[in-house]
Order: sequence, then C-alpha cells, then structure tokens
Amino acid sequence: MSVIFLLIAASTLVAGIFLGAFVWAVRKGQYDDDRSPAVRMLNDDPPRSTNNDLP
Amino acid sequence: MTERFQYDNRIVKNFLFVTILWGTVGMLVGLIAALQLVIPEFNLASWFSFGRLRPLHTNAVIFAFVGNAIFAGSYYSLQRLLKARMFSDVLSKIHFWGWQLIIVSAVITLPLGMTSGKEYAELEWPIDIAITLIWVVFGINMFGTILKRRERHLYVAIWFYIATWVTVAMLHIVNSIELPISLTKSYSWYAGVQDALVQWWYGHNAVAFFLTTPFLGLMYYFLPKAANRPVYSYKLSIIHFWSLIFLYIWAGPHHLLYSALPEWAQSLGVVFSIMLIAPSWGGMLNGLLTLRGAWDRVREDPVLKFFVVAVTCYGMVTLEGPLLSLKSINAIAHFTDWIVAHVHIGGIGWNGFMIFGMVYWLVPRLFGTQMYSRKLANVHFWLGTLGIIFYAVPLYFAGFFQSLMWKQFTPDGFLVYKNFLDTLLEIKYAYWLRALGGSIYLIGVFIMIYNVWRTVKTGSLIANEDAEAPAMEQVAIAKEAGHWHRAIERRPIQMLILSLIVVGIGGVLELVPTFLVKSNIPTISSVKPYTPLELQGRDIYVREGCYNCHSQMVRPFRSETERYGEYAKAGEFVYDHPFQWGSKRTGPDLLRVGGKYPNSWHYYHMWDPTSMSPGSLMPAYTHLFEDVLDTSTTVKKIEAMRTMGVPYAPEFPALANADLVAQSELITVALKKDGIDAASDREIIALIAYLQRVGTDIKAKPAATEAKP
Repeated sequence: MSVIFLLIAASTLVAGIFLGAFVWAVRKGQYDDDRSPAVRMLNDDPPRSTNNDLP
Repeated sequence: MTERFQYDNRIVKNFLFVTILWGTVGMLVGLIAALQLVIPEFNLASWFSFGRLRPLHTNAVIFAFVGNAIFAGSYYSLQRLLKARMFSDVLSKIHFWGWQLIIVSAVITLPLGMTSGKEYAELEWPIDIAITLIWVVFGINMFGTILKRRERHLYVAIWFYIATWVTVAMLHIVNSIELPISLTKSYSWYAGVQDALVQWWYGHNAVAFFLTTPFLGLMYYFLPKAANRPVYSYKLSIIHFWSLIFLYIWAGPHHLLYSALPEWAQSLGVVFSIMLIAPSWGGMLNGLLTLRGAWDRVREDPVLKFFVVAVTCYGMVTLEGPLLSLKSINAIAHFTDWIVAHVHIGGIGWNGFMIFGMVYWLVPRLFGTQMYSRKLANVHFWLGTLGIIFYAVPLYFAGFFQSLMWKQFTPDGFLVYKNFLDTLLEIKYAYWLRALGGSIYLIGVFIMIYNVWRTVKTGSLIANEDAEAPAMEQVAIAKEAGHWHRAIERRPIQMLILSLIVVGIGGVLELVPTFLVKSNIPTISSVKPYTPLELQGRDIYVREGCYNCHSQMVRPFRSETERYGEYAKAGEFVYDHPFQWGSKRTGPDLLRVGGKYPNSWHYYHMWDPTSMSPGSLMPAYTHLFEDVLDTSTTVKKIEAMRTMGVPYAPEFPALANADLVAQSELITVALKKDGIDAASDREIIALIAYLQRVGTDIKAKPAATEAKP
C-alpha cells in the first residue's frame, strides 16, 4: 500500500498548485468583479472600421 | 491603445473536423463491439475480437472524439476570452498533427494486441511518451496565450482548461510508469493492489479532468454564447470550479469498493464522492438557469436543445455517481451493465451532446454562413436523444436484474443460478436493444455530417478572423516583474515551507519505488511468482483483453464465495504486473478458475466456447492454437520481473526457457491423456498454464493443478 504515499504526494502537489493559483487569483483581484465578466464574454466586437486612425 | 489582431480559426476547424471523424470511427467500433457481444461469430479475427476492439472504442471516443473536441472548443474560446491569437501557430500545428498521429498509432496497435492492460490507459509506452510531449506542447501554447492576453480577467472557462491541463499531465505520468521489455511491450511498475489503486486513481480522475472539467469550461463559454445571455451566477461558477477541483481528486477508491483495497481507503473515496454532489449540481444548475428567460428559444434552436440535454445528463450522472459509490448500491451495481449505462449517459449524453451543440454553433461561424438545415439538426437531436434512451434504459434493467440473479439463493441456501451463463442469456435482449440504441445515435451523427458538409459548401472558411482590443496596461505587470524576487525574499517562512514541499516531493519520488519493491515481499508465504510459461500465458491473457469481460476479484459476499470460491486477499496479487481485477463481468470471475477444470476443458473451450458452455457469447480464440509462443522474450521478461522485485533466483533467467519447455510438455502429456494431440509450442498451452495457476496459491493444498512444476 506504500504507493498511496506517491498518490497522496502527487495529489497534494496538484492541490498545492491549485491553492497557489487560487491565492494568486484572489490577490490579483480576479474575483473583485463577479458580475461584468459574465456579460463581457458575450461581446465579440469585430473591428469597427478598417482604417488605422483609431483612438 | 487599441490593437488589431486575428483569431486563428483554421486550427479550430481542423480540430472540429477530426472530432467528427474520430467520433464516427469510435462509435462505429463501439457498435461493432456491441454486436460482438450478441453474435460471437462476429469476432472475425484475432485483431477483430471484442477484447481488442473494446479498448480501441474507449480510447477512440475518450481521447480522439472528446479529446479533439476539447482542443477545438478551447482553442476557439481561449482566443476570444483572452482577446489574443493563440501563442504560436507552429505549436498549434504540432499539437494538431501530433495528436492525430497518436490516435492513428492507437488504431493500429490496439487491434494488434499491443496493450499495457490497464483500462483507459492501454496504449504502450512509446505512445505514452508521445502523449506527454504533445500535452506539453498544448500547455505551452495555452499558457503562452494566457501570458500575452489583452484581457486581465481570466474567465471561469479558462480556469477549467488550466485545471484540466495540470491534472491530466500528472495523472498520465504517474499511471504510466512502466518497465519496457521491447518497443511494443512493457510491464506496469506497480503490482497488484498498488497497481489497482494507481489505475483507478487515474481512471476516476481521467473522467474528472478529461470528460468533466474541460467540458464544464466549454459549457461556461458556449452555453451563454448560444443563448446570448450571461451565465446565471458568475459567483457560483467560481465556487463551482474551486470546490470541484479540490474534491474530485480524492474520490478514486470508490472504483475498488469491497475489493482487496484497505477499508479506510475505500471509505475515504466514498466520503469525497458524496461531497462531490454539491459542486456538480451547483454547476449543472448554473448552466440550466442561464437559460432563464430564453426557454422559448430552446424550443427552436437545436444548439440549445443539445446543450440542455447534455447538462441534464451531467446532472443525472453526477447524482448517480455518488450514489453508486455508496457501498450498499455498489454491491449491486459493480461488475454489471448498470455501470456501462452510467458511463454512456455521461459519454453520449453529456460529452456527445455538448460536442454536437458546439459543432452546430461553430461551423456556421467559422464558415461565415448559416446552418444548412435546422430541420436536419432537429432530427439529429431527436435521434440522439432516442439513441441515449434505447442505449441506457435496457442496460440499467439488465445490470440490476443480472446482479439480483447472481445473488439469488434458494430457500435451502443454494445459488438459484448456479451457471453464470444463465444470468447472461437472460439479459441478452438488453444487449440487442443497446446495439439498436447505439445505431440510432450513430445515424444521427451521419445526419450531422451531411448537414455540416452542406453548410461548409455554402460558406468559405474565415481562416483568420479580424478582431481588436485595447492592449492590457503593461504598467502593473512591469512593476510586479521587478519586485517578483524581492517579494519572495521578504517572506522567509513561506520560502522555507515552499522549499520543504519541493524537497519533500523529490524525496517521495525517490523513495517510493524502493517501498514498492520491498512491498512485493509476499505477505502470504504460499504465494509464489509465476513460472515462465505462466508469465507468458498471462501476457497472452492481457494481450487478448480478457479483463474486458472477466474480473479477477471475488468480493467478500456469500453469493460470490459460493459461486467462485475464497474471496480475494491483497497479498495474492503481489506479482501481478499489471493487476487484472477487471471492472465488468460479461463472463464469470476467473480468480479461482485455476484447477477448477481439466486442461482439456480449457483446450476445447478456447477453440469453441459453445462446445463446453452451450449458448456462450465468448469469442473463439482459434489463433492461439496456430501461433507459436514467442519464447525469445522469456529471459527479458523474467529479468524485468526481477528488477521490479519479484524473487526469482539470480540464475533463474538463464534457466527460464528450459523450465518453460518442461512445463508445456507436462500440459501436452496431460492433454494427451484426454485424447488431445496438441503441439507443446503453441500459445494456447501457455494460456492454459496461466489459467490453471490463477488464484491457486492461497489454497491449502499446493498441488492444485497437474500442470504445476
């Protein structure tokens, strides 16, 4: 059953990576706005014009 | 400053088309396998028999159909959600062609019997390495795109893709640790219970992180897009994601309930499985509630119809899964067709319908046109739904009733259905209906192919789609880059903990192989390594995919010990590389088959199963009677076993082939007594030697079979 140590280590490693990602996401303010991302993903604005003098 | 750039649609189109291609192939092979279960004569050749085609079916639908769909959907949505073209067109192409090459090599090697014998991870070691490399390419391409994104916020779908990538990488590597014998043959490094635990940790999490998380990502992108409504609750989607990934990875042992796995590990698996209901249903409801106010459109839009049924199937499967992991329910359902029905609700319901919805939504957009026929898409939808019902419902009934038959005792305490075959023939009707359901489902796919083909003809591919977005302010990032290493320096304790973790993992990875070898010292002293002939026979057992229909795991129930014999002990399997416990009993368990029948019975039975069991649905294995056993591998195999800690004497490899010949002579002599003139150098002799050995070591009397030296 010693293989369980390997599995626990591997699983914990991945869980650790995810935990790090979670902390990163919260600190970076990824979740400060929990409304607009859902709406913004609906917009795929094509370029408004073809000339280059855009603001 | 607004930047102009182009989305790469060609790679999306390529992945989408091969999704359809391999999906058709995978389902066709599934249908063939389904028919082989009811028409044994349909096992036309060694490479065209159920035991070899079933792994091809599962690998094709999981890694080719679903896999390519994940890549198509994520390449499309990643670019738009990140407002950036994929990191590298070259990497995209390598990813695409590399993955197709892997699939083609699977299509060739699996029917040829090149298999590692572990479910859903059958591919041999060179292909395993190729998968790892291509997966890394995918990872670089994805993370590269994330780094050069123009949208600071990472939409929830992207988190699901990231989790998929990270976890699948780890699962694949840990489960594929093998010792190669040749280019086409390897042994799992783990043995017996350990191998089983690793395999189902992998198997369960492959379902979690290949069939579930990437598709939840696709759901969070394509469902709101198709409905043109924001997701019901973005907050819930974030909670859904984090709770799901933290819980999922610990639930694997529920595949090994009542097996020889330690009790505490089984219970741990059950607890996490039950907890999984919460995030799964949170996600399912979030998907369905996104359609609030758009339900009128579901009536007309085939894309939304597919999505609604897909998400509903997801909900059903993720409620059923935790229930199946309760020990009392598992005792009934495990090893039966109930599980087959369960996974197909997930496979053809959740994955399949998500993919079809995605195809109908994407193809017109990629080709700048309208769907050729909405009517045909609706026909596909109804055929698909009908197919799911016809597939699953009969198998639910069959699984439940067959299990009850296995467990039925007469009032005076004897098994009612003593002959396993009787219980199988009772549910043969369900196997026919399942094939019918599969055919209906497949007809729907053909209609989709026609529809897609006509749609493509009316438009032309927008290979590079123009887009513009403001660049992400670089200020914050630049500042952060400068402080990166000072930021860590200021946190000595965190730094210490981090390095401890890293070192700890390194240590574990170094130590565990040693533990594994040590743990192969038998806990039951009468359990001995296989003889060279038995080992060769076992490899034939693995090659022919016997584990697809026969378990080697007698559970500690009276109904099973009465039927098969003593229940399985963990210590019995210490020399099994790989373990062959199986997960489905289309035929009876074989753990205690050793010594149960004379050699001649096996000889006749493998030549024509119906000669010994009238009505048997097992394929004949006539090629084993013609093919000469390849003994050139014997020495290498014994040496490999020694490397993995199997206690053969140091001088034994050199003597192995002499031992092998002597034992096959013994079997030939025994067969002669029963009037069979068999050549001693054929594969069938090795297989008989193995079958007569299986599970006999724990019996008190060592001379269980005449074939044993």
